[in-house]
Amino acid sequence: MTDLYQSQRAMRQMRRQAMQRGVVAILDIGSSKIACLVLRFDGTGRLSEDNSIGSLAGQSGFRVIGAATTRSRGVQFGEITAMQETERAIRTAVQAAQKMAGVRVDHVIASFSGANPRSYGLDAQLELEGQEVSESEIARVLAACEVPEYGAGREVLHAQPVNFALDNRSGLEDPRGQLGQTLAVDMHMLTVDAATVQNLVRCIQRCDLELAGIASSAYASGYAALVEDEQELGAACIDMGGGSTSISVFMKKHMIYADAVRMGGDHITSDISMGLGVPMANAERIKTFCGGVHATGADDRDMIDIGGDTGDWEHDRRTVSRAELIGIMRPRVEEILEEVRTRLDAAGFEYLPSQQIVLTGGSSQILGLDGLASRILGQQVRLGRPLRVHGLPQSATGPGFAAAVGLSLFAANPQDEWWDFETPVDRYQGRTISRAVRWFRDNW
Amino acid sequence: MRALMGRLQRGDSRADPAPSRLKYRLQRWMLTPGIRFGLKFGVPLCLLLAAGGGFLADAGRRDLVVAQINAVRAAIEERPEFMVNVMAIDGAGASVAQDVREVVPLDFPISSFDLDLGQIRDQIEGLDPVKSAKVRIRPGGILQVDVEERAPALIWRSHEGLALLDETGAHVAELGQRGLHPDLPLIAGQAADQQAHEALQLIAAANPLGTRLRGLVRIGERRWDVVLDRGQRILLPADRPIPALERVIVVSEVQDLLERDVAVVDMRIAARPTIRMTENAVENWWRIRELNEGGL
Repeated sequence: MTDLYQSQRAMRQMRRQAMQRGVVAILDIGSSKIACLVLRFDGTGRLSEDNSIGSLAGQSGFRVIGAATTRSRGVQFGEITAMQETERAIRTAVQAAQKMAGVRVDHVIASFSGANPRSYGLDAQLELEGQEVSESEIARVLAACEVPEYGAGREVLHAQPVNFALDNRSGLEDPRGQLGQTLAVDMHMLTVDAATVQNLVRCIQRCDLELAGIASSAYASGYAALVEDEQELGAACIDMGGGSTSISVFMKKHMIYADAVRMGGDHITSDISMGLGVPMANAERIKTFCGGVHATGADDRDMIDIGGDTGDWEHDRRTVSRAELIGIMRPRVEEILEEVRTRLDAAGFEYLPSQQIVLTGGSSQILGLDGLASRILGQQVRLGRPLRVHGLPQSATGPGFAAAVGLSLFAANPQDEWWDFETPVDRYQGRTISRAVRWFRDNW
Repeated sequence: MRALMGRLQRGDSRADPAPSRLKYRLQRWMLTPGIRFGLKFGVPLCLLLAAGGGFLADAGRRDLVVAQINAVRAAIEERPEFMVNVMAIDGAGASVAQDVREVVPLDFPISSFDLDLGQIRDQIEGLDPVKSAKVRIRPGGILQVDVEERAPALIWRSHEGLALLDETGAHVAELGQRGLHPDLPLIAGQAADQQAHEALQLIAAANPLGTRLRGLVRIGERRWDVVLDRGQRILLPADRPIPALERVIVVSEVQDLLERDVAVVDMRIAARPTIRMTENAVENWWRIRELNEGGL
């Protein structure tokens, strides 16, 4: 754990370097596509005259100068299965984005959706040494959190302090400088399979890139697709990707739960492929152009050419009615949404004050999905698109790019993670000089 | 089966355009600012330098280039606009003009690029009769030399003979005969030319003496003697000689000192002017004294 703690710190340092250099790449490694955005940072975003947050929610500090997408290779369920293939795909995307941007990119912030994310809620309570809450007190209380046994071979991907409570007052964003006796913290921790992350890191290193940050795509797409009041009041973002569907629950602008269902659009496509006996590419095309989840009477008469490439005239001119297609797709979509419902129920989503659900991701573009989702997930369902950021090309504004856009927001102003706080004093082992320096800094 | 595989492979490569690792690295390399700058400016510069160096490495080609440059240069310099055809000398007499032409031996026509006007002026000013000279190239290809000659003010008689000096004592010309310049005063003695100014002042002061003045003699490079006709001399002190001379002239006007048979008026010590009489006068004086004594 300390190992990852250190490596996360190193990545944060790398991110700072990248910000200073002004160029950083965003890499969203999905099962169906790999998206790469090149961001240029030109100073921090300025607030408008009346100190309100501007039309871009204060995100005007960066600009997308390069964007590229490529078909993903060697990724299943959001996990790398064939490293060479994935490396080629990353190279393709990065090269195209660099070409568009006209600059060389060395630092990359990556996100992925798989690796069995699991959420843990942590809390700790501590008597303050002095009257005032200082940096070191916060470090101490964060260190005091009791970390559950999350199993060998797993690593902490996110660990964010969600809430601070001082004596009886809860819901503090930043307790520093306040007076009190008891400081309590609630922390959300997300663990993933270590091997998957290591594969990803290795893959990016093989492309001559430095990893400047790593995030779960559930977190990133929630960051991009949820509007501010949804993040504040409580909402779930369901990112329906190709190989997996990731769920993130936000409240008070913090992610409090994340999970992933290992089913997505690719499974719908393979259902169509199996059901109609067509190649995957055809099935994907049919799904994209004609797919849906609500059959009407007109759909019985709407015949779709499903084609084929066998040379057999009869076989290549088969047709299928749209109702049949919907009949194949709907059970799978229902299954995915049911699974999501189960995960949300397990997380206790129904106890949140607001139960807004936002569907995003490439598969959320299935016609009629919002109607079906509202039947399964509850009434407050909407389709979400990512926030608009400067310079993003029109082709990258669709819901499929929610994770990429969210990751660029994350790159521009990341939320505090556990490793951004000071290391508590008792964690320093034998480094007397740095302890002395710290003591001087704290006392003068 | 082979055809199917071929088609599969072809379809694969079309659907999966991925850069090779080398191509990817190369592109990243080309996007690095330093490399780009180097390729944009450094490589052409190196190529140019290498090409130039390679061309000039051979001595024959180097000579060819130098010859080419010289030919172009000569072609420009020898354009008629830059040619100087004649030398015009103003402000000098015939003999001085002849001298100037002798010291500046130019074969006209000559290009104005080959003329070093400063050196020509120094040469002309090195001539004795020339006080100053201005040299310039006038439009129309004329080398204009404006000479200001030295005006002779004194004649200096020395062991080498007679010489004309101007008012600063500078040598103007040799003089064959005294009669060529009867109007100029004469000075003599070693290093007399160095005190020409004082000599001129003395001559001006001796103006009342009129034609009796023969000249001035510099004695011991220190003081002046004024030489009059009938062998008379006025010995002047080394300092303040002019008041001493004026004093003698005043005394002479009142008491006809110089009309008498006096050989030397010695003014070297201002408090004790001395007169030396001629031998004849002394004998006369003795005789007259004897007569007077005998008569008494």
